[in-house]
Amino acid sequence: MQGKEMICIVCPLGCRMKVSKNEGGYDIAGNKCLRGEDYGIKELTNPTRILTTTVKIKNGLLSRIPVKTKEPIPKSKIFQCMKVINSVEVEAPISVGDVVIKDICGTGIDIVVSRSMEESIN
Amino acid sequence: MLYYDILIIGGGPAGLAAAIEAKKNGVDKILVIERDRELGGILQQCIHNGFGLHIFKEELTGPEYAERFIKELQEFKIEYKLDTMVLDIREDRVVSAINTVDGFMSIKAGAIILAMGCRERTRGAINIAGTRPAGVFTAGTAQRFINMEGYMVGKKVVVLGSGDIGLIMARRMTLEGAEVLAVAELMPFSGGLTRNIVQCLEDFDIPLLLSHTVTEIRGKDRVEGVVIAKVDENRKPIPGTEKYFECDTLLLSVGLIPENEISKSGGIILDPVTSGPIVNEGMETNIEGIFACGNVVHVHDLVDFVTEESRRAGKNAARYIKKEVKNYGSMAKTKAGTGISYIVPQMIRGENIDRTLDLFMRVDDVYTDINMVITIDGKEIKRMKKRHLAPGEMEAIKIKKEDLIASESSVITVSLEKEGA
Repeated sequence: MQGKEMICIVCPLGCRMKVSKNEGGYDIAGNKCLRGEDYGIKELTNPTRILTTTVKIKNGLLSRIPVKTKEPIPKSKIFQCMKVINSVEVEAPISVGDVVIKDICGTGIDIVVSRSMEESIN
Repeated sequence: MLYYDILIIGGGPAGLAAAIEAKKNGVDKILVIERDRELGGILQQCIHNGFGLHIFKEELTGPEYAERFIKELQEFKIEYKLDTMVLDIREDRVVSAINTVDGFMSIKAGAIILAMGCRERTRGAINIAGTRPAGVFTAGTAQRFINMEGYMVGKKVVVLGSGDIGLIMARRMTLEGAEVLAVAELMPFSGGLTRNIVQCLEDFDIPLLLSHTVTEIRGKDRVEGVVIAKVDENRKPIPGTEKYFECDTLLLSVGLIPENEISKSGGIILDPVTSGPIVNEGMETNIEGIFACGNVVHVHDLVDFVTEESRRAGKNAARYIKKEVKNYGSMAKTKAGTGISYIVPQMIRGENIDRTLDLFMRVDDVYTDINMVITIDGKEIKRMKKRHLAPGEMEAIKIKKEDLIASESSVITVSLEKEGA
């Protein structure tokens, strides 16, 4: 299997690593610590990210409210999730942590709002 | 005339933390003045995560981080005024402010805490040649439009500057369907955090052009394209390397400047390197009873450090009100030695330090495997090995009070020394 070059982001050192699969394990080169090894394997096998974006909100102080995935989601599903998130609209009042979408795109992860917004009569 | 024990100018992370800490230290009559429509400052538009790892030991988004402090402020019933602009401050701590509800106000304060934050450098600050079409935004302005107001600012984008806001906006624009052609960076290294280079650029295959800059903006009504050229070691564009990028939007992430217009009106002396007030260990400026904290003093890269610094300002302003400050004589100074571009605080009164003296600083280049050495009047008191230092990452060091054997005229120097030198 072809190796993957990456920069480790566990600490500010930013080691340049090469990670590849061998029989029964992984070859990792360039990392200066063990945490880099874990990161490298995760990035090669199942890279995940917290996705943060906004959704439309009615009757709030603003017309958009920030949301995030409650846990990291697979990197490959980011754009698929964006499509679903952009199709919903919520209504104020709403509180930080309220669930907007349950189990987004079969990831098992919820989309929650990341701030509270009171109802505002304009 | 209105009277408050402590008046805080700015309701962002610095102002919020300072107000709460002053209250916790026994001051009751506190007012926070905020010019925006809500508290929280720029955190409200920073919807990405990564805030709070030091203070809360978890990763929060900007609005989540702000909300924790806003909630605490409200629970403490600390007074605040929104949509209110401070016009000037005077050395005798009388502040003029205005809004549409109270009209013009003169407010006398026992102590003032400056927490106005910073502002982005604009196209005018870096003199890019070409026409002046619509579509040139600072990255933070674009961030506010997209994340708070719900306006998409463009479809085909070039970003100049690889500071964190530029990197984060490159990702944000991509997520919302725009095409980001490139991020150009004048320096041979990025000023942003490695995490952001990986998660904002590499994740989306956005090229980072180091040692490149925008030399021309083209377009009549709207941006039609920009010219990007390679720069030499003196940061001058190299003729013949120009390349045209067709785009409708240029985002600028070319640095932040502490916002000190009203500080100057109050006679506060600024440090030419940080562009913020010169402060002492208690975050007090050259004017007695006027304190400053957060990005108005020096631009931080982590909000957690803003919170820490602002708590110190709030605590010391409370001490000042309660007349608990010792020693108003002369002070020791800090000095940025080899490899260090600045140190905050600039002045130290050893007697007022609780347990440790916290120094914040930035280095002037990228260094690996180097020693950071602290000396007092030439005598070494601490030496730390550093594997990696970069101008984009602020360094914070603590010196124990016992080690701080400094007289009033002492000079505390921090410098970098090569391994084995």
